[in-house]
Amino acid sequence: MPHRMHLMVCAGTGCVANRSPEVRDALVTEIAKRGLENEIQVVTTGCNGFCGAGPLMVVQPDGIFYQQLSPKDVPHLVEEHFLKGRPVQKLMYVPPETRTPLPKMMDIPFFSRQRLIALRNRGLIDPERIEEYIARDGYAALAKALSQMTPQQILEEVKISGLRGRGGAGFPTGAKWEHVLKAEGEPKYVICNGDEGDPGAFMDRSIVESDPHSVIEGMLIGARAIGARWGVVYIRNEYPLAVQRLMIALEQAREYGLLGDNILDTGFDFDISVSRGAGAFVCGEATALVSAVEGRPGEPRARPPRLAQHGLWGKPTCLNNVETWADVPPIINNGGAWYAQIGTEKSKGTKVFSLVGKINNTGLVEVPMGITLREIIYDIGGGVPGGKKFKAVQTGGPSGGCIPNELIDLPIDFESLAEAGSMMGSGGMVIMDEDTCMVDVARYFLAFTQDESCGKCAPCREGTQLMLDILTRITDGHGTMEDLDALEEVAKVVAETSLCGLGTSAPNPVLTTMRYFRDEYLAHIGAHKCPAHVCRQLNTYRIDPAICVERGHGCGVCRRECPEKAIFGEKNQAHRVDATLCNKCGTCVDVCHFNAVIVE
Amino acid sequence: MQLETVDRIIQQHHADKTALIAMLQDVQSEFTYLPQEALVYLSRTIEVPLSRAYSLATFYRAFSLKPKGRYSIAVCMGTACHVKAAVKILEKFERLLHIKTGQTTPDLNFGLEEVRCLGCCGLAPVVTVGPDLYGKVMLPKVDQIVKQYQKQGARDAKT
Amino acid sequence: MPKLKLEDLAEVREKARKATSLREGAARVKMTVHMGTCGIAAGARKIVEAALREVEQGDLRDVMVTTSGCAGLCSREPMATVEVVGEAPVKYVDLTEAKVKAIFKEHILGGKIVEQYALAIGSERAY
Ligand SMILES: Cc1cc2nc3c(=O)[nH]c(=O)nc-3n(C[C@H](O)[C@H](O)[C@H](O)COP(=O)(O)O)c2cc1C
Ligand code: FES
Repeated sequence: MPHRMHLMVCAGTGCVANRSPEVRDALVTEIAKRGLENEIQVVTTGCNGFCGAGPLMVVQPDGIFYQQLSPKDVPHLVEEHFLKGRPVQKLMYVPPETRTPLPKMMDIPFFSRQRLIALRNRGLIDPERIEEYIARDGYAALAKALSQMTPQQILEEVKISGLRGRGGAGFPTGAKWEHVLKAEGEPKYVICNGDEGDPGAFMDRSIVESDPHSVIEGMLIGARAIGARWGVVYIRNEYPLAVQRLMIALEQAREYGLLGDNILDTGFDFDISVSRGAGAFVCGEATALVSAVEGRPGEPRARPPRLAQHGLWGKPTCLNNVETWADVPPIINNGGAWYAQIGTEKSKGTKVFSLVGKINNTGLVEVPMGITLREIIYDIGGGVPGGKKFKAVQTGGPSGGCIPNELIDLPIDFESLAEAGSMMGSGGMVIMDEDTCMVDVARYFLAFTQDESCGKCAPCREGTQLMLDILTRITDGHGTMEDLDALEEVAKVVAETSLCGLGTSAPNPVLTTMRYFRDEYLAHIGAHKCPAHVCRQLNTYRIDPAICVERGHGCGVCRRECPEKAIFGEKNQAHRVDATLCNKCGTCVDVCHFNAVIVE
Repeated sequence: MQLETVDRIIQQHHADKTALIAMLQDVQSEFTYLPQEALVYLSRTIEVPLSRAYSLATFYRAFSLKPKGRYSIAVCMGTACHVKAAVKILEKFERLLHIKTGQTTPDLNFGLEEVRCLGCCGLAPVVTVGPDLYGKVMLPKVDQIVKQYQKQGARDAKT
Repeated sequence: MPKLKLEDLAEVREKARKATSLREGAARVKMTVHMGTCGIAAGARKIVEAALREVEQGDLRDVMVTTSGCAGLCSREPMATVEVVGEAPVKYVDLTEAKVKAIFKEHILGGKIVEQYALAIGSERAY
């Protein structure tokens, strides 16, 4: 294992004059006393340039800057920061121009660049108390819609807002509602899609968990606009807390007469039931979801007919995503025009993204459409940890693609993401750095879609398997140049001929990585090398005898942990890997405290 | 096999045929799997063909026709967890428990499976054991988790 | 609970506003622990328990402990917001039980923000 922390003690002339060697010695002694020498390394560096405040020390990877250290600060510092993880404020360097040690929320880019509409109540209200939602103008939009607007006017506002579906394809919400309103057949239904299957996305869970009434209110307004009496929330069973809070919210809304008969004494009737998912990614697809709600296996069907004509129980149905519904009340409260002034020409408003993977600030962010990837990744996300290089961002889950560093200034909206070969999807953004192998990522997603393909249509069922086989061959080092052509060919067929969105978009991860990271494919095929050392079958492992003996004293942890018993050696002596026994699992790399295992 | 439990579940859903999936979910969470007897009894009582119940039981990932372990360990293999090397966590569980993913230990104490995104990607890599969730799981943590539940299992077995 | 009519909604809103706003209510301090799935996984339950323990042990009748959903910054969970009447809210991150103790002693009772555990003061902008 590498050292988890490096203490860069300045040994420039200025700091040495300020007795930095004594500080360094005190650190080394204290660290040894606490048995942290394998975890923390003390390094002496050249001049930092802040000689006035010396002795200086920078703690990596945190990047914390300590100043004017003296040996007597050391025990406290080691205890608090390096053992317990709490940086010691009073020893930190404060740049003169920002002499406030405690920033304001709005000074922190993670928060200041955000604009909260769907997440307007996050962290502010108790989701299990309807009164707190009402206190923040909750159900005011419903009251307005019921008392001052006709269904047609509600529809108009939503159209003016330019709101587009947040669940994937970005279909204009107003137009969808209009189709349902105009469709023949009674009763009509509204459905909330809370299946959230894209791995790496969790905004819908968070919205339902932290503000369930915003979704309920949105559905109420939608139901009023299209003339529905019943609604269904379809929600993943993997989200127990969200299910629980939603149930509580529905009960409280009923008690207040905000659901049920004669809502707010206006003669409007509407109620919502909950359907829990049973674990199938394809159930997030609208027609499959309807099938699951009806109690059947969640298989998609061909469209047309659209759900707007032929939906739940064969009746006109309006299905929207959780976030889409949560956006509706503010639109009604503030007017469609207000919403339309945020965002870009064709993509209005804000979108919630989940920022995960190799990024410093992981979390949920809601930003105006049109913001660039760079702003999201660097200003809000705080960049890639550990000084690694940003390589790509994956958007849109298994249906999306990987966007490379070259396109970092791309503004985020439905159109530009699609142009780059990816898509908005539900808003998952998985950040990848130099240690991520793009061929492996493509294989990962294909394994996902292949496994989740419901098997109803042949192109998706067989095509994803075929693509997965080829990708596995390549990551195992047996790929050929013909494989690359075949991959492209199959991808095109699957994209064009599959029945539902799962199949038509499944090739996106493959096509985008082939387009932007072809060199990585070629390295796997031609040189049989994985540049990021992720595809293990292409790696070889050896132990650096010098490091093993001198730093690790032949500790033997790798020998004990090796599942194949492929490592040999004695205590205090250099260990070695027997390549004929090694199954290339890489465990030795992870367990070695001294970085003695070398991957090539 | 307690058919009263199945009866109770049926009643909770008013013997409504369209709630079959929800009933199966409840049976699954009561018994950790869908026992054949329960499936047969359920489909007879609410008058749906057994084949329908079976087709749902095999289509949806949440259902299992075989008993799952008392502690069901799920390692997230979602994208965020994947790029943070979740596969090594999974393999370590396999090694410690001497089972493959999808299997249950012979003493029925542990089941091991992979899941797709638990929605806590900020804490990747993520592991759940029953209702308990563990985030930022590193390899040494895997030993701890297994030991902890082995102890708990031994304690529960006594009482 | 009586069913609401249109005209009642505003009244409920006013009442709820008073109850949740510190200035009007009986409480002097409100501590909101952020309990989404991430927060709970990171140990938010222990934080709530620790806070409630402090309230009980100190018999602090003017301190209100409540919960809320995710605050968005998953990598710094568990998080809590402390709001003292008349002052800007303070967000604390990476909480532990020991930190909660310190926050109660120094901030909630002593009136001094525990800067080394705090992320920021103020709140986010909605809309
Ligand atoms: C394979 C597949 C999975 C999908 N999963 C989801 C999902 O988890 N959540 C969601 O809201 N939409 C999902 N969609 C998109 C839905 O089909 C539908 O377009 C969307 O829910 C409509 O709502 P919107 O207009 O508000 O976005 C999925 C689509 C496909 C093809
Ligand atoms: S990818 Fe593992 S929790 Fe989302």
